Amino acid sequence: MHPYLPHTSEDITKMLAMIGVSSIDDLFEDIPENIRLGRELNLDESLSEIEIEAKLRQLASMNDTVKDNISFIGGGSYNHYIPAIIKHLAMRQEFSTAYTPYQPELSQGTLQVIFEYQSMICELTGMDVSNASLYDGGTSMAEAVFMANHVNKKNDVLVSKSVNPQYREIVKTYARFKGLNYIEIDIKDGVTDTTDLESKISSDSSCVIIQTPNYNGLVEDVAAVRISMDAVKNKAQFIVSVNPISLALFEAPANYGADIVVGEGQSLGNSVQFGGPYLGFIASTKENMRRMPGRIVGQTTDLDGKRAFVLTLQAREQHIRREKAMSNITSNQGLNALMATIYLATMGKTGLLEVAKQSMYKAHYLADSLDSINGIALTYKQPFFNEFMITTDEDANEIYNQLTSKGIFAGVIIDEHHILMAVTEVHTKEHLDKCIHEMEVIA
Amino acid sequence: MKVIKTLLYTKNHEWVRVEGDEAYIGITDYAQHSMGDIVYVETPELDDEVKASEYLGVVESVKAASDIYAPISGKVIEINEQLEDTPESINESPYDAYIVKLSIANKSELDDLFNGDDYEVYCNEIE
Repeated sequence: MHPYLPHTSEDITKMLAMIGVSSIDDLFEDIPENIRLGRELNLDESLSEIEIEAKLRQLASMNDTVKDNISFIGGGSYNHYIPAIIKHLAMRQEFSTAYTPYQPELSQGTLQVIFEYQSMICELTGMDVSNASLYDGGTSMAEAVFMANHVNKKNDVLVSKSVNPQYREIVKTYARFKGLNYIEIDIKDGVTDTTDLESKISSDSSCVIIQTPNYNGLVEDVAAVRISMDAVKNKAQFIVSVNPISLALFEAPANYGADIVVGEGQSLGNSVQFGGPYLGFIASTKENMRRMPGRIVGQTTDLDGKRAFVLTLQAREQHIRREKAMSNITSNQGLNALMATIYLATMGKTGLLEVAKQSMYKAHYLADSLDSINGIALTYKQPFFNEFMITTDEDANEIYNQLTSKGIFAGVIIDEHHILMAVTEVHTKEHLDKCIHEMEVIA
Repeated sequence: MKVIKTLLYTKNHEWVRVEGDEAYIGITDYAQHSMGDIVYVETPELDDEVKASEYLGVVESVKAASDIYAPISGKVIEINEQLEDTPESINESPYDAYIVKLSIANKSELDDLFNGDDYEVYCNEIE
């Protein structure tokens, strides 16, 4: 018997006898002979704990991580510092083993954390209501599209080309199966071209989607987008995807007329990992509250007048409303949202501002220095947060490989002559100077 | 279950009160009872044209969100604004707390509806 499986042969015999069969094979009687495999599965011999530990350790040692190198890779996920307290608290059994509760009111602790998470998202974005989280930045944008469609019943989805290309793919896929028209807005000098937006927006527009900072790292002129949207008579919802760390420095979306705010919450206390699991957030206005997808935790009082938490507005969800539900997501990224909440509570307003400032200042130091190297130039001359694109005379792949051999991940390769670079508070001046030096050598 | 004999009804538990060329629409005592505490009502907008058997709104309670359908075709000329603040008035007096008023498009459609007696029989059947 295997050490990792809980049943002994005696247990199994007893269970089989209980249901009246003599062997496990009998349970597969209904499968026709001719499609049965007829042999053992092609798996390796089972290993002892000592052997497995050694094998997995050997595999893990092949990883070359952002902790072992100086990484400037961004493009949607960012290597910020994760305070030790987060793993320490989030890995408590009560948190790490619990799934999204189906008898939610019994899990007051879980609901309270989610309520705090929702409250913090509202504080950051300035919006009225947030949900218990979604899967990631890309799908949260798609959920916002469905939300807008539920609100105004219009079919044209206008997306700026400066939005993360993966998010655009997701929105395109979701839109297609809902019969919505996916329309892209051109960009000019790396940011949304409001003239093009004005030519495309109409009374059939359901939403306008921009991302700020956008995929090129640039800050969008959100006020100009809002003005362009209002120039033509329409009922379109203004959807903005934001970097939550940047909100410590930049205007809250509620203040420039956003209707729905979404984004990737990974920067808040979650590791870059392997591209996931990440954390989608969504926040909106009181008017849109009943179209919000997913779980929403509410605060109330119990029979004794004590504060208590519940899942609220449940009637819109698919386990009650089925095909007419606002969305099919009946889950949330509980553990990731928990880590984001602990992060925000730990960093506080001052800490978050410090992270944002350091990320931005250090990025500008690196950008200015690289721009002055012969053969490298800043691609766009526009305001940016902590990410920027460089245009290289030399082949970008060549530069990337050379830098990797020096322990530096140059960034996201956009094409043969462009690299997208992101800087965070974890980078020291030494790191940045080393990158500058190596780039000088190669360029 | 309370049934007002002078009204007209649908299988989906909407009631109709005809006043000249206009009609008030609401949901019946049977409906409010099944739904439980009503917390929100979604309606079409003023001037919207609705067709018989098609969407007229959603009544949301703590345990369900039910679609309501237009018993007859017409144009929405009035929405009961009170329902925004006191949706529970539908539970309290379902035949007073109307949801919308329509201008009737086609009076002959009223002939397809249940009268009070038939609706009562129908309700007993489905119990």
